Amino acid sequence: MSEGFRLDRRRIVALAGIVVALALFGIVSSQVPGDQISTLRITYANARPVDPPLADIPLPTVATVGVVALLLIAGALYIMRGTGRDLTSIYAGVLIFATIFVILIWAISGSRTDIVDMLARMVRLATPIALGALAGILCERSGIINIAIEGLMLTGACVGFIAALLSGNSWIGMLIAILGGGTIVMVHAILSIRFKIDQIISGTVINILAVGVTGYLRANVILPLTSAGATGSTLAAIPIPLLSSIPVLGPIFFNHRPVTYLMLILIPLMHLLLFRTAWGLRTRAIGEHPRAADTMGINVIGLRYLNVFFAGMMAGLAGAWFSLEASFNFDDVMTNGRGFIALAAMIFGKWTPFGALGGALIFSSADALQIKIQGFDFALPPQFLQMLPYVITIIVLAGIIGRPRPPAAIGKPYEK
Amino acid sequence: MTTKPESPPRPGIDWRGLATSLLVSLLAIFSALVIGAGVILVTSGSASPNRSPGVCDAVGEIQSVYVLCKAYGGLFVGALGNPRAIANTLVEATPYILAGLAVALGFKCGLFNIGAEGQIIMGSMAAAVAGAMFVGLPMIIHLPLALLAGVLSGALWGAVPGFLRARTGAHEVITTIMLNYIAIRLIDYLIKGPFRDTSSSAPRTAFVAEEARLPFLFGPDYRLHAGFLIALIMAFVIWWLLNKTTIGFEIRTVGANPDAAQYAGMSITRNFVLAMAISGGLAGLAGASTVLGLEHNYKAAFTGGYGFDSIAIALLASSNPIGIIPAAMFWGALRNGAGLMQLESGISINLINIIQALVIIFVAADQIVRWIYRLPARRGTQTTLTRGWGG
Amino acid sequence: MTPVLEVRSITKRFPGVLANDKVSFTLEAGEIHAFLGENGAGKSTLMNILYGLYAPDEGEILVRGERVAIHGPTDAIRLGLGMVHQHFMLVPTLTVAENVMLGTEITSGLLLDEKQANRRVRELSEQYGLTVPPDALVQNLPVGVQQRAEIIKALYRGAEILILDEPTAVLTPQEADDLFEVIKVLRAQGKSIIFISHKLKEVLAIADRISVLRRGRMVGSALPQESTEESLAAMMVGRDVTLTVDRGAASPGAAVLAIDELVVLDDRRQRAVDGLSLEVRSGEVLGIAGVQGNGQTELVEAITGLRPTEAGHVILAGTDLTGASPRRVLDGGVAHVPEDRHRHGLVLSYPIADNMVLSTYLRPPYAHGVVIDDAAIAANAERLVEMFDVRTASAHAPASTLSGGNQQKVVVAREFTRPIKLLIASQPTRGLDVGSIEFIHKNIIQKRDEGVGVLLVSAELDEILALSDRIAVMFKGKILAVIPAEQATRHGLGLLMAGVVEEPADVIPA
Repeated sequence: MSEGFRLDRRRIVALAGIVVALALFGIVSSQVPGDQISTLRITYANARPVDPPLADIPLPTVATVGVVALLLIAGALYIMRGTGRDLTSIYAGVLIFATIFVILIWAISGSRTDIVDMLARMVRLATPIALGALAGILCERSGIINIAIEGLMLTGACVGFIAALLSGNSWIGMLIAILGGGTIVMVHAILSIRFKIDQIISGTVINILAVGVTGYLRANVILPLTSAGATGSTLAAIPIPLLSSIPVLGPIFFNHRPVTYLMLILIPLMHLLLFRTAWGLRTRAIGEHPRAADTMGINVIGLRYLNVFFAGMMAGLAGAWFSLEASFNFDDVMTNGRGFIALAAMIFGKWTPFGALGGALIFSSADALQIKIQGFDFALPPQFLQMLPYVITIIVLAGIIGRPRPPAAIGKPYEK
Repeated sequence: MTTKPESPPRPGIDWRGLATSLLVSLLAIFSALVIGAGVILVTSGSASPNRSPGVCDAVGEIQSVYVLCKAYGGLFVGALGNPRAIANTLVEATPYILAGLAVALGFKCGLFNIGAEGQIIMGSMAAAVAGAMFVGLPMIIHLPLALLAGVLSGALWGAVPGFLRARTGAHEVITTIMLNYIAIRLIDYLIKGPFRDTSSSAPRTAFVAEEARLPFLFGPDYRLHAGFLIALIMAFVIWWLLNKTTIGFEIRTVGANPDAAQYAGMSITRNFVLAMAISGGLAGLAGASTVLGLEHNYKAAFTGGYGFDSIAIALLASSNPIGIIPAAMFWGALRNGAGLMQLESGISINLINIIQALVIIFVAADQIVRWIYRLPARRGTQTTLTRGWGG
Repeated sequence: MTPVLEVRSITKRFPGVLANDKVSFTLEAGEIHAFLGENGAGKSTLMNILYGLYAPDEGEILVRGERVAIHGPTDAIRLGLGMVHQHFMLVPTLTVAENVMLGTEITSGLLLDEKQANRRVRELSEQYGLTVPPDALVQNLPVGVQQRAEIIKALYRGAEILILDEPTAVLTPQEADDLFEVIKVLRAQGKSIIFISHKLKEVLAIADRISVLRRGRMVGSALPQESTEESLAAMMVGRDVTLTVDRGAASPGAAVLAIDELVVLDDRRQRAVDGLSLEVRSGEVLGIAGVQGNGQTELVEAITGLRPTEAGHVILAGTDLTGASPRRVLDGGVAHVPEDRHRHGLVLSYPIADNMVLSTYLRPPYAHGVVIDDAAIAANAERLVEMFDVRTASAHAPASTLSGGNQQKVVVAREFTRPIKLLIASQPTRGLDVGSIEFIHKNIIQKRDEGVGVLLVSAELDEILALSDRIAVMFKGKILAVIPAEQATRHGLGLLMAGVVEEPADVIPA
């Protein structure tokens, strides 16, 4: 049998694509009458609800799903042939997006929804995941596994919120969130670099410590403060003049709140730093072959501390998104696994900033879909849509979407 | 030529090693409690609502110490102050023993099961459903059936990450956590949907049948139920399984050196799946015993933080199945006493979570404890649980 | 004239080992000074001290007559020392130019200037005759080219003193010749070179002066024109050691192992074994010679079921075991002394007794059903400890407490005492002391004489020549030739190991 048909990754993904395409079409065509229309509305930038739309795109629900399914099957057959460049990863990404699109079309059949609003929401919701992924990239490119991002975000969210309550200024809160993440991550740095503890354990310790500390602070500091009347407000949206009034692109990219902008800036900036500067070269070297870097006079330990510290600050910033940007509020375990999802986005993006953003957008599209659909009468129980990001994370980790090679030295303490 | 050399006695137990690791565990607990006290001293001043912030005088200092005494005093009395408190400590300890065993067994196979929470949730749900589904079955069938349902669904929830780790390299630390979230959503759906008890206004399952309940050991006045005995028995069963059977030999070998295990003909996949299934099954049993012994139905996914607690317990016990018993009892005492602590001192139950994290730090990083208390460094190599994200 | 480098009385202790014991030497300008010594003689330790990677416990180092303290590679580089490590210090995912400038980056503004870095590498290439493509990823380059990149790295930093640590270990004889040409060019341009090796021939060929280390001590120095291989060997080993093994003629029988057109991929999914065919008969030793990294490891892993096969067949005594699990291969009567005993052969944290039943634990007498019989395991261990002369306080001590030689004896004891048809021994004596080597060689021949087929894989040509009845030379995943031992010469094997086949009809794919 060894010469016969083998179920390699390419074929598994292609078959999955065909099965998903057929299943989607089958379910939608059996559930939705053939004459139903799903309308995607495109609004003007900064439009009020009463304003007329820029355009309404009426899509016959069943026919659209049929076309998407056919395209997916065609793509599956193409990659099944296996000639030329390996497009499996891209196909898998497209498959997830297509599935989300089909569910959206299905859910709004006979009605309409503002698609620009959904895309803008995707960017917003991608913020903490992308920032967390950047934090992961910084650590792992330097050879340190950081599964503590969840805990760092939570800590950042909590201390940032407290600072905002005390100062009445959410910008100060954001700053403290960044510093809080940077401080707590040093526990991970010291445990894994100085004491050479298993990095998964020390990361888990941070996650557990964060749950405990933030829960304690919430009960013993935040609640007394709020009951004494301390309040504040979310970081306000800053529409970029001119750019924000461009139709479609304006609302999606240029009308956001500060943390989202910072994410949009940090992605290209990190790309530049990582691949075009001396710091980036050294960082990539200590994550792949620390001894080689050491013999060239690079301070491996010092650079690892530095990068882990930066990563912590970035995760802290992601935390600020939760408590100061998405809402002005702090809840126990409000990060809800986003730190782990960020790691999946990092892996999906092959440890590159732009790739990580792509990964983050896949997850945030699942989130945005779930939020969008809440307003519609939809057959699928909401809990199953809520599971989607977590299921996708497992799929990403299982390497179905790609089996990239992590930096070679991660997880190994550096011994002189 | 037949003078056989005196065969050296086979060392049964490494007493010295056991003594030092016990000492490290005790010192870790002690250190964590001291730091916890520090947290109370620092925050009780600023948190007490009747004092204006910024005033830091002698009265404040004394008040902080007073709060500290109240807190730890409450913790102790709440945990062990009277027979009922002790019984409750043992009740609390029951799921901890089982979940601690779950994590410890994973460690033995080189796997870090931090998703005991999800497995407990699944086990609880299955036991609740199986316990309520049948009417009129004799106890000798119904109770084991309900327990088994809990074990199997926990095992399934654990086996999936085990399989993924072995076959695809997906790290169980993330997949088990993701499965926690999935379990919570799933249970939310089941409790509000198919398995909702329609006679109740709150979303929960129906009460389990009398025949599926674990009996109370000392009557209904004391909540201590037969699940505690099951947990004790399981600790010994797992010890026997790990140390006296070929199954355990394989699990331990895969954990100690997977390459050598493969070389010796053992299947990594099989053992990863098996270890995670047993681990998940133990966690499922923890959930089932709580539902069948105590709650008698299942309400919206209770997240008691069992997943993280059980990591602390496994580390405290150095993954020794017998050592899990006292470690879990200590933990049960902490959790049980926490309520009275909060009542007496106003210090949040979350303090226990901080202490828990500190204990984990100090036990996992036992070099720190040895360094603080000038104990000799451990010989041999640090256990490595991680081999990156790849397979 | 002041020597460029002088080392006085350097001593370095590691727990339980005296790695360097009052070592002194000088290096003159424009000189090739070779250091000869067995594995573990302390050569690498000495060089790591010079490069600042270890701190010496005693002694002093003088560079151009001045006493210096070298606290790390930065100091060494500043003093004009450059090192080409035995295991290349190159980051595989970076380009040659990026590796060269790492730590001393060429930038324009804040950004790296890759163009200028490439130009600089090209300049150095031309100046010293070291051809390397500056913008190629290191992981895609052949070993010989990677080594040139290592040398350029040192030259880029202005190294005047070059330390080459076992530079030929991973090279074919022909690549080594190329390296010697480069070294001579470097000398002609005024560089001083420390050349470390345990191969007598190449030291005689290249060195201006030879120092010999043994067990951490400098035991003598010599000039190549006044030395012979024998005189150097005697100095290096301390006594006359002949690697001849006392063995009679083989009486080969039927084939126990037949490999047919086998294809195996390595970790990077390249064809490491590429359509290889081979036969091992009962009662003979078939030695596989070849430079490391030509697919030997993957071949052994594929036969033993540790690595999947892509195509072809592995047939053991008539049974097709292609793609079989390690358990089936073991049960089929295959013993395997693995290349890396710490990784595959032993569980270091386990007692010796458990290690001795690592592959037999699940059947009687060691287990009844699933229940393990501790007494039977202990009895077996005590028997084997005595039989194989494993030096240990107790059969229940962890394997990690044993010396390398005794650890290997545990592996050998376990593998040789099972009923077997085929013995696969991969680098069976690597890193062992002479006594253990002799013991293990004797046992391999004994197995052969009992009618077991032996497949021996070794990087040491001497070991291959001493034990084999037939020698197969492996190059780029294929067997180039199988030669009866009595017809094999070092020279002929060396050419084959480099991929040179005498008959022009045989076209070797590059």
